[in-house]
Amino acid sequence: MTTAPMQLLAIEDDPQIQRFLTAALEAHGHSLEVAGNAADGLRQATLRQPDVIIVDLGLPDMSGLDVIERLREWFQRPILVLSARSHENDKIAALDRGADDYLTKPFGIGELLARLRVAQRHLAERDGANLQTRIDAGALSIDLAAHRVQRDGVDLHLTPTEYELLTALAKHRGKVMTHRQLLREVWGAAHVESPHYLRIYMRALRHKIESDPARPRYLLTEVGVGYRFADEGA
Amino acid sequence: MAANLPDSRPDPDALLVRMRREEAEHQRGRMKIFFGAAPGVGKSYAMLEAARKQKTDGADVVVGYVELHGRPETEALLQGLEVLPPQKFEHRGLVLTEFDLDAALARDPQIVLVDELAHSNHPGARHPKRWMDIVELLDAGIDVYTTVNVQHVESVNDIVAQITGVVVRETVPDRVFDAADEVELVDLPPDDLLQRLREGKVYAPEKSRHALEAFFRKGNLIALRQLALRATAERVDAAMREYRDDHSINATWAAGERILVCVGPDPLSERLVRAARRLAVALHADWHAIYVETPKLVRLPRAARDRVLETLKLAESLGAQTANLSGESVAREALLFARQNNVSKIIVGKPSRSRWQDRFRASLVDEIVRGSGHVDVYVITGEADAEKSPAAPRLPARTSQWPAYAASAGIVAAITALCGALYPHVERANLVMLYLLGTVLAAARFGRGPSVLATVLSVGLFDFLFVPPEYTFVVSDTQYLITFAVMLATGLTISHLAARGRRQASVARARERRAAELYALSRELARSRGVNELGEILRRHVLAGIDADAAVLMPDSEGRLQDPARFCARSGSEARYPVPGNDLGIAQWAFDHRQKAGHGTETLASADAIYLPLNAQQRCIGVLALRPKDTHQLDVPEQMHLIESLVNQTAIAMERVQLAQSAHSADVQIESERLRNVLLSSISHDFRTPLASIIGAASTLSDERASALDPQRRRGLEATILEEARRLHRLVDNLLDLTRLSQGPVQLKRQWLTLEEIVGGVLRRLHDALAGREVRVDLPPDLPLIHADEVLLEQLLFNLVENAIKHAPASAIRIVAESTPGGISVAVRDHGPGLPPGEESSVFDKFHRGRVEAAQSGFGLGLAICKVIVEAHGGRISARNLAEGGAEFLFSLPRDAEPPQ
Repeated sequence: MTTAPMQLLAIEDDPQIQRFLTAALEAHGHSLEVAGNAADGLRQATLRQPDVIIVDLGLPDMSGLDVIERLREWFQRPILVLSARSHENDKIAALDRGADDYLTKPFGIGELLARLRVAQRHLAERDGANLQTRIDAGALSIDLAAHRVQRDGVDLHLTPTEYELLTALAKHRGKVMTHRQLLREVWGAAHVESPHYLRIYMRALRHKIESDPARPRYLLTEVGVGYRFADEGA
Repeated sequence: MAANLPDSRPDPDALLVRMRREEAEHQRGRMKIFFGAAPGVGKSYAMLEAARKQKTDGADVVVGYVELHGRPETEALLQGLEVLPPQKFEHRGLVLTEFDLDAALARDPQIVLVDELAHSNHPGARHPKRWMDIVELLDAGIDVYTTVNVQHVESVNDIVAQITGVVVRETVPDRVFDAADEVELVDLPPDDLLQRLREGKVYAPEKSRHALEAFFRKGNLIALRQLALRATAERVDAAMREYRDDHSINATWAAGERILVCVGPDPLSERLVRAARRLAVALHADWHAIYVETPKLVRLPRAARDRVLETLKLAESLGAQTANLSGESVAREALLFARQNNVSKIIVGKPSRSRWQDRFRASLVDEIVRGSGHVDVYVITGEADAEKSPAAPRLPARTSQWPAYAASAGIVAAITALCGALYPHVERANLVMLYLLGTVLAAARFGRGPSVLATVLSVGLFDFLFVPPEYTFVVSDTQYLITFAVMLATGLTISHLAARGRRQASVARARERRAAELYALSRELARSRGVNELGEILRRHVLAGIDADAAVLMPDSEGRLQDPARFCARSGSEARYPVPGNDLGIAQWAFDHRQKAGHGTETLASADAIYLPLNAQQRCIGVLALRPKDTHQLDVPEQMHLIESLVNQTAIAMERVQLAQSAHSADVQIESERLRNVLLSSISHDFRTPLASIIGAASTLSDERASALDPQRRRGLEATILEEARRLHRLVDNLLDLTRLSQGPVQLKRQWLTLEEIVGGVLRRLHDALAGREVRVDLPPDLPLIHADEVLLEQLLFNLVENAIKHAPASAIRIVAESTPGGISVAVRDHGPGLPPGEESSVFDKFHRGRVEAAQSGFGLGLAICKVIVEAHGGRISARNLAEGGAEFLFSLPRDAEPPQ
């Protein structure tokens, strides 16, 4: 699957990864600017107004988390984070500060392109290009206007909370959502510290919409971080 | 044949004492006392002279404190000696100077001079007595020169008072005097001393006349000189004996006399104690002072009991071993103690009682003499009758007894009503029986006083209502007088017996409570593992018996006590126990010196809290700080004994735990050292193999002749690079995981999880590796939530499934979970070749590789990580071969909390 060419900015200090990103992304028709540190990155971001910014969390002059915070003061488009494995807390912190998604190092070019596709679609949605009232994913279809969920054309009976949870994820299809984000969106700000609600409802929801809840097709778990509604390519 | 042996063989106990003493002497400083009969004989002078001589010989001598009394000759001797500036205290406008202990300790000279061993320090000083300062100096390894006069030695104090009529309040315990390494007698004949005094060489002239008249009479001086000479002679004798002991010259080995002195609440006891001490010294015997607390003595007022404690303390300071016994009869307990402790002589006081009393009841002396057997009994006379012991007040110590009196009157009233109903039909003798029954009831229920009331009321009512002529106290038939007398006597006897029984029961209860308390503590201590937990147990047990704030202070790695985090009052209320810096200082002192300090002790007695060191065998572990609401609670010896027993038991338990911990950490260190070596050798192989492939493939592709490669070869090399890099990635991940998890306790981020979700995540991550395999997941729908660390649990299951993929090629994999009473168990099964027999448990070892297969790479860290994760959650993991073939890896996690909702 190909994507339309995008203007990208990578804030990443490692020259080898810079080289790999440039080669791979340009081969897929995107144009990439590279900034070797946070200061240069922030400057280039204002200068070039890229479609997506890729931020490495470990930068020499500033914490990646602070970079995200600074960018989010004005930058509305997707931010993609690169982080080391086993730093789940960093990932969550980055997402909670406004990053759209993350990639764990080391990663393959396939994963990066998949994330960029999702980012591009959300970019388009946010610009109001195609406001969806209906989400189709494999055998599943969600009619947001009619509050109706079907699998293979058969109506599924979801409780209001289950429906809220499903649509919260489906609206951000392909994009990871942290536990806190989901709890706030479905249960409200008062319940962000009760993650077991989420687990219990997620189990119930999977049993209703997945054919094999232990090997879910639609509702994927991001261990230690949150959940993701599977993108069509996944 | 054993009979003639003891003389030829040194007593092992004595040898042990000698060895301990020699050991202690190695570090302790030496004390030299310049000993005199009276002020002015020239002790300070002699001391300074000796110091000057030492200085010329090259010793590091410092004058800590010298009382000059304006004597110019003495002052001249100070020239050329280093003098420490004294500590100054303000007291009611006067500036008092004191010896500065801390300055001396900081200066740390070889020899320090401190005048007047018996001096009492200013209340603000660390120790109340100067001799305590000196003991601390000696403990610090500093030699001390000091001076003392004979009248200040505790054991001769009363003799001096008798001779001179002057009571000397500042005394030095004999053990301190006896502990001196050297005593130099500074002797001056009385005539010369009086001459010096008249010349104003002792005191400044205006002072000396008064002093002369009060104390320096020639007769006094002769007597004092005699005492001083005798004390010195005794020491020389003792040194001689010691020399003989040391060199095992035992031809005249002492028979090992032991002396027992019984003390009581009367003032005579103090004399008894001093007499016992003198006898003990003369016979070179050990001696014991005991107090037997009988039910009668329990009722003594507090002042009298305090006097007993004072006497026992005195005995202790004079070198006795003291004991507080309780029993029904003083004589019986004393004789029992004497037999158990091989006592050869018992000292008792002669009771000051009238002859009539002596006839009526056997005296204590008679009883002891009768039961003494081969033990000698010494009877010491008391002073004149004027100093009779104050009569113990008869009032019971307990609070209001009015309800008890009212109830016993009620009983009598009820009996009277019953008698009134029965009277016409029953003999009067039976009515008497009914009244006696009432008395028995009152005695059993309410004790002595109320039952005496019941007796008297019974007799009165019986006479008034039922004895003709009725409704008068007049008795027509004189026979009834006998009835009354018997009734009264029986009633009173019953009252007495009942009261005694109740008291004995309460004494027994108190003892039982103490034993139970100790037992409960030791049981709890045995169950606990952590030092802090042990401290908390101690705190709780101590507070169970005393209304106080308490805390256990533990030192940091440098031996400085830490302000406690937890320092609460007994009721668990939030009242914090503030430990200001000063108090922490006392605690630190107690910790450093392994001695108790604070209220009621020899060190900083004016503090309102007591600090008890937790002394174990090898070191002091911490300090128990105790601040009672009413400090009088600490003065009850039973209470303090109990607390000290609790402290000692806890200290031993703490030391046990600490030793176990350090043994364990040594094991861990050895293990990690071994691990590092294995790791280094493994790395060289396991990392180099994939790196060799990657470098080889990549260099081929970047070779200038690479264009000659056909596209298929080229893709093959590219695939090699990718595959080997991924393998390397797994290796690094595993290694990092294990390193992280092996560093100290694993920090779990527990959450409520569904196993289904974890399995889903694992299967997705292993999607490519599982391609073409059958995977069956068998999870019961009602599986409870698991309280675990999400990332680690996923890692655990991932490693198990990955292990199955690696070791059971092409086999189906099954994941089965079930809820168990204690939690949850999860199994991963395959149909591969299974585990080699005997390796079922070693597969979880670090760097275990299973079968030696060169192609099968990867440290064998995966299963070791599994084990660490499961154990961090408090669970178990095991592996076994299945009967139908293949291996099963099973882990179980305990339920550590109730699931929400």
